[in-house]
Amino acid sequence: MTRLLRLLPYAVAIAVALALPRAMYPVLALDILLWGLFAMSVDLLLGYVGLLSFGHAAFWGLGAYAAAIAAKSTGVPFAIAALVGAAASALLAVPFGYLAIRRRGIYFAMVTLAFAQLVFYVANEWRDVTGGENGLHGVPRTFPGLALGRSADFYYAALPLILLGYVLAYRIVHSPFGHVLVAIRDNEPRAQALGYATWRYKLLAFVLSGGLAGLAGGLFALGNGFASLDLLHWTTSGQAVLITILGGIGTLWGSLLGAVIVLELRDALTSAPEASGVVTGAVFVVIVLAFRRGLWATGRDALRRFAAPVVSARIDISEGEVRHGRS
Amino acid sequence: MEYIALQLFNGLVNGSFYALLSLGLAVIFGVLRVVNFAHGALYMLGAFAAYLLLQDFGVGFWVALVLAPIAIGIAGMVLERLLIRRLYGLDPLYNFLLTFGLTLMIQDGVRLRYGLQGQPYPAPAELAGSVSAGLVAYPTYRLFVIAFSIVVCIVVWYVIERTRLGMIVRAATERPELTRALGINVDRWVTPVFGFGVALAALGGVLAAPMRNVSPLMGSELIIFAFAVVVIGGMGSIAGAVIAGFLVGVLASLAAVFDPALENVVAFALMAVVLLVRPAGLFGSLEARS
Repeated sequence: MTRLLRLLPYAVAIAVALALPRAMYPVLALDILLWGLFAMSVDLLLGYVGLLSFGHAAFWGLGAYAAAIAAKSTGVPFAIAALVGAAASALLAVPFGYLAIRRRGIYFAMVTLAFAQLVFYVANEWRDVTGGENGLHGVPRTFPGLALGRSADFYYAALPLILLGYVLAYRIVHSPFGHVLVAIRDNEPRAQALGYATWRYKLLAFVLSGGLAGLAGGLFALGNGFASLDLLHWTTSGQAVLITILGGIGTLWGSLLGAVIVLELRDALTSAPEASGVVTGAVFVVIVLAFRRGLWATGRDALRRFAAPVVSARIDISEGEVRHGRS
Repeated sequence: MEYIALQLFNGLVNGSFYALLSLGLAVIFGVLRVVNFAHGALYMLGAFAAYLLLQDFGVGFWVALVLAPIAIGIAGMVLERLLIRRLYGLDPLYNFLLTFGLTLMIQDGVRLRYGLQGQPYPAPAELAGSVSAGLVAYPTYRLFVIAFSIVVCIVVWYVIERTRLGMIVRAATERPELTRALGINVDRWVTPVFGFGVALAALGGVLAAPMRNVSPLMGSELIIFAFAVVVIGGMGSIAGAVIAGFLVGVLASLAAVFDPALENVVAFALMAVVLLVRPAGLFGSLEARS
């Protein structure tokens, strides 16, 4: 019985994911899931290693460009193209991470921001490959035996890959490896004293996070049919951080809630992009000042008060609280 | 050869702006432990203030050079009092994020009102034309920008390193608790220091107005360069910020001699090298005080 109860939220989540394209435009539904995965990759570092990457647009954008180029030039099935995007971003994360983890805290944020801007300029200059300011358009999406012309069809075709991304993020956080990350977040010298080569853990976390962001970016390019420079811009990194914090740092699933709100908001303001910047900025300010715990933790506490014993027992697990592994 | 000399001067001009912005960032970070993301947006507001002073009140460049930084500096102090102050007890990342949100609001707010199109701003008549500077003739106004920013940087350095006021600020930076124990009211200096750093950004904006169009996004990329400069120079180091600023400006312009595509990349490549060989920055000590 308890076991069934534990599975219930997953069943609900999958049902919601399946029904989502009927509740809103399929394109928006896809964007929400992908931005959610993107924000999760940020949360993986921010919430579980204590590193704020302000340069994740580099991985999201590179994933998008790599997937777009793979799909356009070779016509491979979309799933392969998306995985190419993920691999490219994970590869880029190796040197970036290697340099960036030499600094911590606010410096880490500035360094990642600067590296992402480097990628932005390279994409801007390398017109033969990236299309420069025009970006890449008409990205095909194919899969043997499937007709993916309609957005809703692509949504369902991409869903397994997206869920795989979520599961991967969840597994990373709840593995012995993830517990070491949390130990590093809470007290790095102590983790070192326990014998962990902390920089290896941090680098691997950075690379995995970059790969997840690349997977999300690649599917974004395939789903929307384009890859453009603004995917690499620092405002994109900021958007992902906003979604992470709005959802709740260190909650993973909160990122999905954050994505729903931010993308619905942006969708409502598409006619006035400048106003959307003002609103996004204002949301940022309000959250940082008054709502730092985020939606997930706030909602969980409300739920806990409402239905105390059964629910709280399982939510402690999904939250990823500090529990040391045996590794 | 002429081209190289020309690029050298261009590099010094760019370096002037990097230095002014990074200097303001360094001063603010030193005392408040805040990395002010909104610095680029406030630089842009400085330029807009000069533009509006001219458009609406007929106030020219020289007066604007004084008035605009004061006005934006005061606006910065209001921001510090109302918002930034609330987050001092927390991880500095929160103020980074707060000022990021403010950046979006300021930039897009101005864009909403004035559009994305740049507004031209005339250089002062006294500095029109160009003078012969060694191998090449170079615009007088740009030479003025170089000289003026160097003077400002030296004055700021002098005030902080050699005066009693600077001593208090440095003491508050290094050992806030001990400074308080010695009977110095540290908190009193927090707001003015923030306002001063912001005024430096606005000063850069006024200087940039006659050279670059006054537009809402003029500071949006500059701020990222300023961050790279600060990492290169070493956070919290006044001299480091200034020297790294000019260094990045000159190296980027000289790299453009070989290939224009390199210009924007140099700052970040240099940052990568510095992180590799000297993570604390050229003049910094490794996070000893944060």
